[in-house]
Amino acid sequence: MSNHSTELETRGELDPAPSPERFENPGLPPHRPRLSDTSPEGSKRAERQVAIIFGISILATIAGVWGYFAFPMDAGVGNVRYSTLSIGLGLGIGMLGIGIAAVHWAKALMSDVEVVDQRHPQRGDDATRAAAVADLQAGAKDSGIARRPLLKGALITAVAIAPLSFLVPFVGNLGGSWNVNAMRHTMWRKGTRLATDPDGRLIRPEMVTIGSVWHVIPDGLHEVDDVLAEKAKAIVLLVRLAPEDLKILPGREDWSYDGIVAYSKVCTHVGCPVALYEQQTHHLLCPCHQSTFDVADGAKVVFGPAKRALPQLPIMVDDEGYLAARDDFDEAVGPSTWERQRPIRGEDY
Amino acid sequence: MTALARARRHRLAPVLLMLLALLAVGGVYAVVAPPAAVAETYSADDVAAGQKLFQANCASCHGASAEGRDGVAPSLIGVGAAAVNFQVATGRMPMAAQAPQAPTKTPQFNAEQIKQLAGWVATLGPGPSVPTEDMVDPARGDAANGMLIFRTNCAMCHNAVGAGGALSNGKYAPSLFESTPTEIYEAMLTGPQSMPVFSDANITPEGKRDVIAYLMEQRTAQAGVGGANLGAVGPVSEGLWVWVVGMGALVAAAVWIGAKSS
Repeated sequence: MSNHSTELETRGELDPAPSPERFENPGLPPHRPRLSDTSPEGSKRAERQVAIIFGISILATIAGVWGYFAFPMDAGVGNVRYSTLSIGLGLGIGMLGIGIAAVHWAKALMSDVEVVDQRHPQRGDDATRAAAVADLQAGAKDSGIARRPLLKGALITAVAIAPLSFLVPFVGNLGGSWNVNAMRHTMWRKGTRLATDPDGRLIRPEMVTIGSVWHVIPDGLHEVDDVLAEKAKAIVLLVRLAPEDLKILPGREDWSYDGIVAYSKVCTHVGCPVALYEQQTHHLLCPCHQSTFDVADGAKVVFGPAKRALPQLPIMVDDEGYLAARDDFDEAVGPSTWERQRPIRGEDY
Repeated sequence: MTALARARRHRLAPVLLMLLALLAVGGVYAVVAPPAAVAETYSADDVAAGQKLFQANCASCHGASAEGRDGVAPSLIGVGAAAVNFQVATGRMPMAAQAPQAPTKTPQFNAEQIKQLAGWVATLGPGPSVPTEDMVDPARGDAANGMLIFRTNCAMCHNAVGAGGALSNGKYAPSLFESTPTEIYEAMLTGPQSMPVFSDANITPEGKRDVIAYLMEQRTAQAGVGGANLGAVGPVSEGLWVWVVGMGALVAAAVWIGAKSS
């Protein structure tokens, strides 16, 4: 080998040292005996340690069983906490103690001499392979599958229809209703009044002050059969904006009332309730993935993963002075799906 | 370098790292306790003193007659005594600097001065007044109904039990764990900063008291019956705990099983 200084000088001109075709097997490091191998005291100490860990496991199990009787579940909700805590700790420490003791036993006391066991070749020898093929062929010939078409057909049919016994219940349990059209509509109809969530009070426009936000359900929601399913689609957020802040979209001139606008609360991303309203910026945030909608500008997306503006509920004031829907939403509420147009952000509503 | 490399391979290094990670998790939580203040009636002297205080401390942003300045501070005409009491008694106003969020801090004024300020602002225009003790008494509210109202109207920003949460551009909904019943009532009534207004037509005065009862219920021992709540901020702190402590323990166990006995 050249000395250090000449190596530095010549490095620029020489080719880098060629890497070897293959690396030599460095082999196993030299065997180092453990303390428990060399001294009887070391061995005794390891044995004691294993016994102590097993002992901790035994005590924990006993404590867990004691906890079950010491904290009866029916003596109040506070006891449930101590009951589950003591049973859990007893079970956990009991199991963990057995595991740790077993591993420590194996590491410290059992033989740690490295043993090399070469793997046998995976390919069988030619005579065995030929015998196996001959066995299979003899079996196929014996079954007579080629000259017994009835059995062949019966076998294939049985295998083919067997999965139906779990596929039919599986598909059938997806839902009792196959009316896909129900997804396209909510329970809002012409004249359905707006009511507060959760107590169902009707809303007059003069109650909705600028800067306030109302969480709205259709009046009569609690009388329908499937309250939660209908509520999940029909929830609406009602906001009043100062007239100079509100930008009314073409074609929606009569969808708002005196600065009061109503938008679906179901996020167009994956359907969380969009309800974090910042009254100073008019931005509506989704708590799940931070999609942000501008309520002053058609609830269009200004940030986040949502692709469509929130659907607007057209509203009016009915004969008795209550806020009511002018119609259902003109598009399906909720997450965008593959069958729906996804306008590019900012271009379309 | 070599000392660091040796220290890194020390058998106690993973344990030390784990302890540091736990300390970092624990250090996240820090809160400031705002004091309470209640004021109901204002004498002519109060109003005059309040005007002086306003001119000296608030007028530079809100204008000499509280008319507000575009892009700097809103008009205070018609915000009422409740808004003044909420903003000043929690230390949010006067703000230390123009910033997206007005954080709570040690109030700059005492209860007497806050009463005087509120009295003057209340004369500018009709607005919500400071609620009475009776209106905010959690013992008279229905916590179960309060939970329904809170879940629909408040939980999305303030978290299901009132632990607070993030908004956009540096703004956030503060934790309600330290708020007094009066402050909670006033916040609903006046809609401070980014928060919308929840007028009495929207959430009735009884409903507001139910919400207060629900929030106070979260502070009792019974609310912690499920064990350590890790700040009650949901999957964030729980996930951090599992990733750092849970997976750290699994990695440590695997390393120990694979290591040779000495």
